Amino acid sequence: MSTKDDNILTELAVEEYKYGFTTDIEMDIAKKGLSEDTVRFISAKKSEPEWLLEWRLKALKHFEKMSMPQWQNFKHPKVDFQDISYYAAPKEKPKVNSIDEVDPELLETFAKLGIPLDEQKILAGVVAVDAVFDSVSVKTTFREKLKEVGVIFCSFGEAVREYPELVKKYLGTVVPQTDNLYAALNAAVFSDGSFVYIPKGVNCPMELSTYFRINAQNTGQFERTLIVADEGSYVSYLEGCTAPMRDENQLHAAVVELIALDNAEIKYSTVQNWYPGDKNGIGGIYNFVTKRGICRGDNSKISWTQVETGSSITWKYPSVILKGDNSIGEFYSVALTRNHQIADTGSKMFHIGKNTRSKIVSKGISAGVSQNSYRGLVQIGKGAEKARNFTQCDSLLIGDRCGAHTFPYIEAKNKTAKLEHEATTSKIGEDQIFYLNQRGIDSEKAVELIVNGYAKEVLNQLPMEFAVEAQKLLAISLEGSVG
Amino acid sequence: MLSIKNLQASVDDKQILKGLNLEVKAGEVHAIMGPNGSGKSTLASVLAGRDAYEVTGGEVTLEGKDLLELSPEDRAREGLFLAFQYPIEIPGVSNINFLKTAVNEIRAYKGLAPMEAKEFLKQVKEKQKLVEFDAKLANRSLNEGFSGGEKKRNEIFQLAMLEPKLSILDETDSGLDIDALRIVANGVNHLRSKDNAFVVITHYQRLLEYIVPDFVHVLYKGRIVKSGTKELALELEEKGYDWLKESVDAEEGAAI
Repeated sequence: MSTKDDNILTELAVEEYKYGFTTDIEMDIAKKGLSEDTVRFISAKKSEPEWLLEWRLKALKHFEKMSMPQWQNFKHPKVDFQDISYYAAPKEKPKVNSIDEVDPELLETFAKLGIPLDEQKILAGVVAVDAVFDSVSVKTTFREKLKEVGVIFCSFGEAVREYPELVKKYLGTVVPQTDNLYAALNAAVFSDGSFVYIPKGVNCPMELSTYFRINAQNTGQFERTLIVADEGSYVSYLEGCTAPMRDENQLHAAVVELIALDNAEIKYSTVQNWYPGDKNGIGGIYNFVTKRGICRGDNSKISWTQVETGSSITWKYPSVILKGDNSIGEFYSVALTRNHQIADTGSKMFHIGKNTRSKIVSKGISAGVSQNSYRGLVQIGKGAEKARNFTQCDSLLIGDRCGAHTFPYIEAKNKTAKLEHEATTSKIGEDQIFYLNQRGIDSEKAVELIVNGYAKEVLNQLPMEFAVEAQKLLAISLEGSVG
Repeated sequence: MLSIKNLQASVDDKQILKGLNLEVKAGEVHAIMGPNGSGKSTLASVLAGRDAYEVTGGEVTLEGKDLLELSPEDRAREGLFLAFQYPIEIPGVSNINFLKTAVNEIRAYKGLAPMEAKEFLKQVKEKQKLVEFDAKLANRSLNEGFSGGEKKRNEIFQLAMLEPKLSILDETDSGLDIDALRIVANGVNHLRSKDNAFVVITHYQRLLEYIVPDFVHVLYKGRIVKSGTKELALELEEKGYDWLKESVDAEEGAAI
């Protein structure tokens, strides 16, 4: 390879992370360390009922007995769970009722992130936003309007206070406290998150959206999202995330549970842009997340779409349990890694009901010295008559020092099942870049064009406003990749 | 329009072009012929600015502008177009989206606003017709799964859309059957004007029956060793290159 292209491809480094500012705001931060006291402290801070405290303590007991899994395709970093603070909240407003009560500094932060909390401005009224800043939900917009049709969209903490019976009924039914190390940790110390309930037959009138922001130092973020779509309802939900630039690694261990009853549909989209660390791999977020949905009812559908560009390590497998007959699970993913980033991500589809169908489309993009793995499981149970799966895993390499890996697992216990798997690996060649150069397109734009073309099938799944945002994000993430 | 003076270039430290001179005026079509390994494709690559080629001497100007100083994309924006011998496939990028980007990048360079969608689509329709390019292909991914002939036609379609001043056709006839050759040549003939110029690189006289050149040059050992009019192509077809090679080799021998 020629020198110029070498430069092009090695420089794939360094567009500065644009969201790397910190907000100077007075914080209420728990002492570092994890123990029963920590859990009690958090539960008390949030004035939780006894049952939830018990639930948390049970999770903690499990957590303490568990050890780090070893199967992932990266060396698991040492995480000192005693060196993390498990609760951080802006001191001023634990509870807000109107926008005027929110700390102006905080509002400015969200403005910088491009999240308008001012309701009039929110995409002409098509998106409702819940913003989570470190450990607490700062403001949920459009609550009243949603309430009119019976939709509940609020912070997790509020849901526990106001709709305890709903939370109690569904919490932990998809991702039990004992599921895995990080799910157990989350269950023990989760601070806030979003709760959504769509009643029977309601088509949620707007996109629901949560923005997560880690701000405080030496803290972890452990939010929990629970979405229940009752019979015949529909909801589209989007989450976005950013964090300041810091030299140390910060832990983000979230849990998302989705429940779709008969004929219900949940569409869950993620644009993940946590701080990825610098070009030498210093700092960045460990994004260790458990996301799982269950199509509990017949003819229900759950669709995950993710655009992953941030985090120093991303480790997650949004999954669907296809329990109801004729239910559908989908997973669309673009994971972009550069510099020293690592992504080990994919999906699991558990076919239990008859005529269940699933589709997995995974597009990995690796640059720099990053490592990008697809890991997936398609499991066909004994009773899953005529289940179908289609899996497509594509890898795109930029430069010759990165890695792309594919680990697809298939377990079929029913002979009537039909499974298809396709995989490709391609490389952005200097020939392609030169071809586009020769048509007047500079190298940076050429890479952008190629990458967006490659990721199109997934980006098309995002709600329109966010597809544009995601496209820009991919472009920004690749800026500096070419000379 | 294009002026090449004493151009020398090497690949991997191997000298390929050894003092090439060529003057192309607006409205002219020049054919460059020559045996394998004489440096024809190297000339095309050097003019377009391909990275692996190192210019070790001489100068090239396009309408008075030093071409060698410019990046490949700026050369394209200045009006230089290379129809590739082997057009590149780019999966997922639609032909139309790619062309729109190219058109607007070139316009931006000239300080013009992006072309309006309506105007762009009108042009696409017109130019597709001109070069007999299937509208279905225009909507597919760039060259992905195209046949050899379709790729070459796509090059001419792009040429039509970008309206360059100087077009270099690098063995555009290779791998084409007679019908495809006729279509490609017709396209080029439609696009010829008093304001633009073409450099047609080819092995065979066949293409020059369709695209009739004003001048024919023979490239051998990195230099133009003979120039003439279209009759020279016929002579080469008949006699081959050996008689030319011999005289050049003899001269070289005498020089030593």
